[in-house]
Amino acid sequence: MSPLDRKVLRDLWMMKSQMAAVAAVVAVGVASFVSLWSMYEYLKTSRDAYYREYRFGEVFAAVKSAPDRVEDEIRRITGVAAVQTRVVHDVVLDVPGLREPATGRLISISADGSRRLNAVHVRRGRLPRAGTRDEALASEGFVEANGLGVGDTLSAVINGRWQDVRITGVGISPEYVYEFRGGQVLPDRRRFGILWMDRRVLAAAFDMEGAFNDVSLTLAPVATAGRVVDALDRVLEDHGGLGAYGRPDQLSHRFLSDEIATNRVTATIVPVIFLGVAAFLVHMVLARLVGNQRTQVGILKAFGYSHGAIGRHYLKLAAVPVMAGGVLGTAFGMWLAVQLAGVYADVYRFPRVTYDPGWGVALTAVAITAAAAVVGALGAARRAAALPPAEAMRPESPESYRPAVVERLGLGRFLGVVPRMVVRNLERRPGKAALTVIGIALATGVGVVGRFTFDAVDRIRDLQFQVAERADVTVTFAEPRGRPALRSLEHMPGVLRSEPFRTIPARLRAGHRDHRTGLVGLPPDGSLRRIVDGDGSIRRLPPGGVLLSTALAERLQARVGDEITAEVLTGERPRLRLEVHGVVDEVVGANAYLPIEGLRRELQEGEVLSGARLAVDPARMDALYARLKQSRGVAGISVREATLDTFEETFARVFAIATTVLVLFATVIAFGIVYNGARVTLSERARELASLRVLGYSRGEVSRILLGEQAVLTVTGIPAGLALGYMLCWVLRAAYQAELFRLPLVVSRQTYVLAAGVVAASALVSAAVVHRKVRGMDLVEALKSRE
Amino acid sequence: MNVVTSASTGTAVFRARALRKVYRMGEVDVVALDDVDVDLYEGEFAVLLGPSGSGKSTLVNILGGLDVPSSGTVWFRGRELTAADEDELTRFRREHVGFVFQFYNLIPSLSARENVEMVTEIAADPMPADEALELVELGDRVDHFPAQLSGGEQQRVAIARAVAKQPDVLLCDEPTGALDLETGRLVLRALEQVNRELGTTTAVITHNVSIADMAHRVILMGSGRIENVRENAERARPEDLHW
Ligand SMILES: Nc1ncnc2c1ncn2[C@@H]1O[C@H](COP(=O)(O)OP(=O)(O)OP(=O)(O)O)[C@@H](O)[C@H]1O
Ligand SMILES: [Mg+2]
Repeated sequence: MSPLDRKVLRDLWMMKSQMAAVAAVVAVGVASFVSLWSMYEYLKTSRDAYYREYRFGEVFAAVKSAPDRVEDEIRRITGVAAVQTRVVHDVVLDVPGLREPATGRLISISADGSRRLNAVHVRRGRLPRAGTRDEALASEGFVEANGLGVGDTLSAVINGRWQDVRITGVGISPEYVYEFRGGQVLPDRRRFGILWMDRRVLAAAFDMEGAFNDVSLTLAPVATAGRVVDALDRVLEDHGGLGAYGRPDQLSHRFLSDEIATNRVTATIVPVIFLGVAAFLVHMVLARLVGNQRTQVGILKAFGYSHGAIGRHYLKLAAVPVMAGGVLGTAFGMWLAVQLAGVYADVYRFPRVTYDPGWGVALTAVAITAAAAVVGALGAARRAAALPPAEAMRPESPESYRPAVVERLGLGRFLGVVPRMVVRNLERRPGKAALTVIGIALATGVGVVGRFTFDAVDRIRDLQFQVAERADVTVTFAEPRGRPALRSLEHMPGVLRSEPFRTIPARLRAGHRDHRTGLVGLPPDGSLRRIVDGDGSIRRLPPGGVLLSTALAERLQARVGDEITAEVLTGERPRLRLEVHGVVDEVVGANAYLPIEGLRRELQEGEVLSGARLAVDPARMDALYARLKQSRGVAGISVREATLDTFEETFARVFAIATTVLVLFATVIAFGIVYNGARVTLSERARELASLRVLGYSRGEVSRILLGEQAVLTVTGIPAGLALGYMLCWVLRAAYQAELFRLPLVVSRQTYVLAAGVVAASALVSAAVVHRKVRGMDLVEALKSRE
Repeated sequence: MNVVTSASTGTAVFRARALRKVYRMGEVDVVALDDVDVDLYEGEFAVLLGPSGSGKSTLVNILGGLDVPSSGTVWFRGRELTAADEDELTRFRREHVGFVFQFYNLIPSLSARENVEMVTEIAADPMPADEALELVELGDRVDHFPAQLSGGEQQRVAIARAVAKQPDVLLCDEPTGALDLETGRLVLRALEQVNRELGTTTAVITHNVSIADMAHRVILMGSGRIENVRENAERARPEDLHW
């Protein structure tokens, strides 16, 4: 081994703790990139494979009832590849162990095994046998949430009568990756499930013999969904079509896509921030370490080593921690990805877990940090090498020659010796001081970013479940009902208060943009369901106009004062012209709100309601549930507490895991930056501090001078970092473009305290190390040579 | 200006003409070298004397290609050094020059032998590192690190490092500046031996007037100029020097 290479090894060993810190920060940057991006890829490829292999539909429509021959008509629409018609019906279920009634979506399935669309993947058990009235394949999420299994029996109100249904198998379908029912803002796996049953049985039960009420189709390669949707609408119009829609508007798909989009943002922006900070740290540390060796660079040059040889030497020095960090980070990132995949597999149900280690991602991440290291190390080596050797061998002169401001102002005599030295040193090296402050600010900033999603999800939970949705129970009718229905709900046991709502499916159009959604009519002075802005303030429903949630307004590109059209998809199918009276920054959903009276007026109907929200005496919940199970015409109920639980189990859980990981990573980065900053400063100043000792300064004084500087820089950097963190959160939020969830820009006090605390703690630990080093400093050795 | 010539010695290894070196320090200019003409001859042992700040280091650094003059010309064996680019200067230093500094400038993370090997590695025709260390009587300390050596020992490692590549010229800036008499003599004897046995042209900067007695030629500097040049009719041996 050449002596220069031996020098690389020795230098690495001498700076081992700093090199370890660099490696750790690189590892964390790389691991965040590798794990998050792998997760994104995992979700996306699993979904795509699932959709492809199980032939998930591309256009969907519900219809009141259409005779089977219409299927041929649909097949003839240009651009249609395959068609599947079904009978689909929502019914009330009585689930063993569940107090409240659940909603079951009965979907027809043919046992003939023909290659149909929206194929069901049977996990356990078997499909229902043809012609059996009491057999069903149940969706996995629902079965698991209720602790059911193959062989268990449920009761369902089919054709007005309670009937037992036996679970013959458990399955999943690309249509219900999220088991989601229209009208809900969040999936509720316990209270909503899919039951696949024999087609003839369902047709007989719901008077649909020779007919269907649901159609899905796939598109020919060149077809455009928009044309096919319009054509399908025309075909179904006479049969009571409820409006066709493309895959982007399919609920489960939309939710999943939002999740994937969110993941993509998390997987890019967060690692970019982390990697960027890691790169900065590597750059800074290596630049300063090499800068410290400027005398050695001079001597190497004096002996005739070329720039290239010197550059290669420092490259090797930089490569070791970066490569070590890269390998470590890749391994850790992949391990983490596998763990996360396990969690995801529980939340998102896919037939296969296709986890593909992100080698490309790992390489990219390592390349980024390696580039930063190269630039940092080579930059410093080049700066040192650019000097004539005679000059490089002299120690670096201070950046500024002026007396410190405090001294020019004559304030010096009011300061003790140590503070005066601190101030002078800081002023003499403004560049290095600035770098340290930036480093500390970045360390603080990543801490804030790391915990931001946690705060945001917390806020969503608050806004959605405390401020906006306040009904204990929401009852949805199968068909719109009149005023007596509300009366009878009010008279049910335990009901303290009720508020009706009216929803009607409609296609909203603004210019050439459109979106299929529901118009929601609410009592303007209601207290069980309120419309809440992003900042938590309550918005009143404007009379005579429509209030759009930001997600919908953005989709339609509609502004306050614009007129939009609502094509109602049921009944007489009127076209309503509505003026946008306001846009509300709701955290969840893409909705259009009107006062319920206004909506009824537009529809020219009386006191019709689609359901009601109820405030219920908690002691009498069971009695209410028992009554609801018996009442006809109820399509489903949702329970706030239960929805909240599901939220915690799925959405919040995924975010909580990501957040924990990020906070952990941020902590490592913060420590790495602060610790290295302190150590590099110590080695840069060792000689000077030794000289001070020789001049008669005590160890305590010398240590205070150094630590005093670090304290000033830390105290400056932390608030700057908190502000920076907030800005980074703003960037992150702006990048999240999910429709169903809009992350509110909130950073809690705990987050600020945590971020600042991590940095402060790192600073204290580093200070202790530095202090110990200063105490143990060997004066003779430090002064022996000029190094 | 009086051009320095010598009747007794042969060809000039270095020829410097009209050298100026000016440092800009904010508002003021510091003239370190002011119109200096000087030659160094093949195989000679020259000593540069002069008060502190007179420009000795600056001159030697420029001759050795460690620094560049503000104006003026330097030739090394007919090659114009002042016209050379960075790469050529690097090659020049690598192939022809050995340096010894007052502050020994060893690489702290390398042992004595490794410090010497740093140079023998890249030299065309070096002597073995151990042999170079033997020359300075450090054969038994080869595995020690700089921090484990005394100042004089470090300086001798530095000399071993400088001579190990068998350079054409050896430039020494106050090699004994930090050493006591006895150690200083040891170092000087090593230099004299190299000069005599290997025929290496040697220039030694010193404050120490008595060291001048061992030189072929003594160049006296003052305020950035050459003030006087004399030849010693008789050279003292390092062992006989006193200060
Ligand atoms: N980098 C520099 N910046 C400014 N002035 C410099 C620099 N290097 C040297 N000088 C000045 O140039 C002049 C000559 O310096 P030089 O180092 O050549 O002196 P010297 O004769 O070697 O002195 P000494 O015997 O003290 O080593 C001095 O006045 C010195 O202050
Ligand atoms: Mg000098």
